[in-house]
Amino acid sequence: MRIKCPLCGDRDSREYTYMGHETYLDRPGDEGWSADWDDYLHLRDNPAGVTRDLWYHGAGCTSWLLVERDTVTHDILRVELARDAKRGRG
Amino acid sequence: MVDLIAKTPCADLLPIKVEAVTLSEVTPEAITSIMPYEGKWEVASEALKSAHGITLPGPGRSTGKGDIRAIWTGAGQAMVLGARLDAGLAPHAALSDQSDAWALMRLEGAGGEDVLARLTPIDLNPGVFKRGHVARSLLGHMNAVIARVGAEAFEIMVFRSMAGTAVHELEEAMKSVAARAALR
Repeated sequence: MRIKCPLCGDRDSREYTYMGHETYLDRPGDEGWSADWDDYLHLRDNPAGVTRDLWYHGAGCTSWLLVERDTVTHDILRVELARDAKRGRG
Repeated sequence: MVDLIAKTPCADLLPIKVEAVTLSEVTPEAITSIMPYEGKWEVASEALKSAHGITLPGPGRSTGKGDIRAIWTGAGQAMVLGARLDAGLAPHAALSDQSDAWALMRLEGAGGEDVLARLTPIDLNPGVFKRGHVARSLLGHMNAVIARVGAEAFEIMVFRSMAGTAVHELEEAMKSVAARAALR
């Protein structure tokens, strides 16, 4: 598997570490426990198809990446810096 | 006061030569990491240019050659090799002295590409990875910065503590490539 890092270019999967679903970009604002925190920490879909998750390019530029990929075909559909994606959401 | 003897990271290890390929140590006067503050990349680059004559390199690139050079080393970060940085840069970027933190090696000669290709997953094809190009990637299991500095020359930067392992791995690769060539 290869991921095309926006900064480093096409790189081998051994350079990356998987974190999890893009849900991690939307941390609940409240400090106390709530249903939002339950969602954020525990509840995930397990799609057969397109999903978006976070990867860390630890052996490269050390950027967090938001990767859109297909779990059925293993295609990598889109890669962007998580920083940019987060800013785009405000 | 004890007078300590300064040793370079590869002092007892290099140079080595296997057939046409040599591995030697490079010891720039200083290595400084420069991380421009939010939105200050251009300003820091201008300040670096007026103080030292080189701009900040974009992703995967290096700038300058000879005595002072800058190489891109990651998101929002570059290392300046060769001179102590002007204090005038401090308002624009986080600077940290890394002079003794890195082992810097030069791999040179015909077949150098084949040696590196045994250790790193990046594409070293001269049409893809050209002079002035830089990659942060792996050298074996080590994080490394790899730069092409000539048609048949690379520079490799690893953490100082990894110097012994890096030299060992590179020497093994150099010998393996030479042994393979001898069979032809």
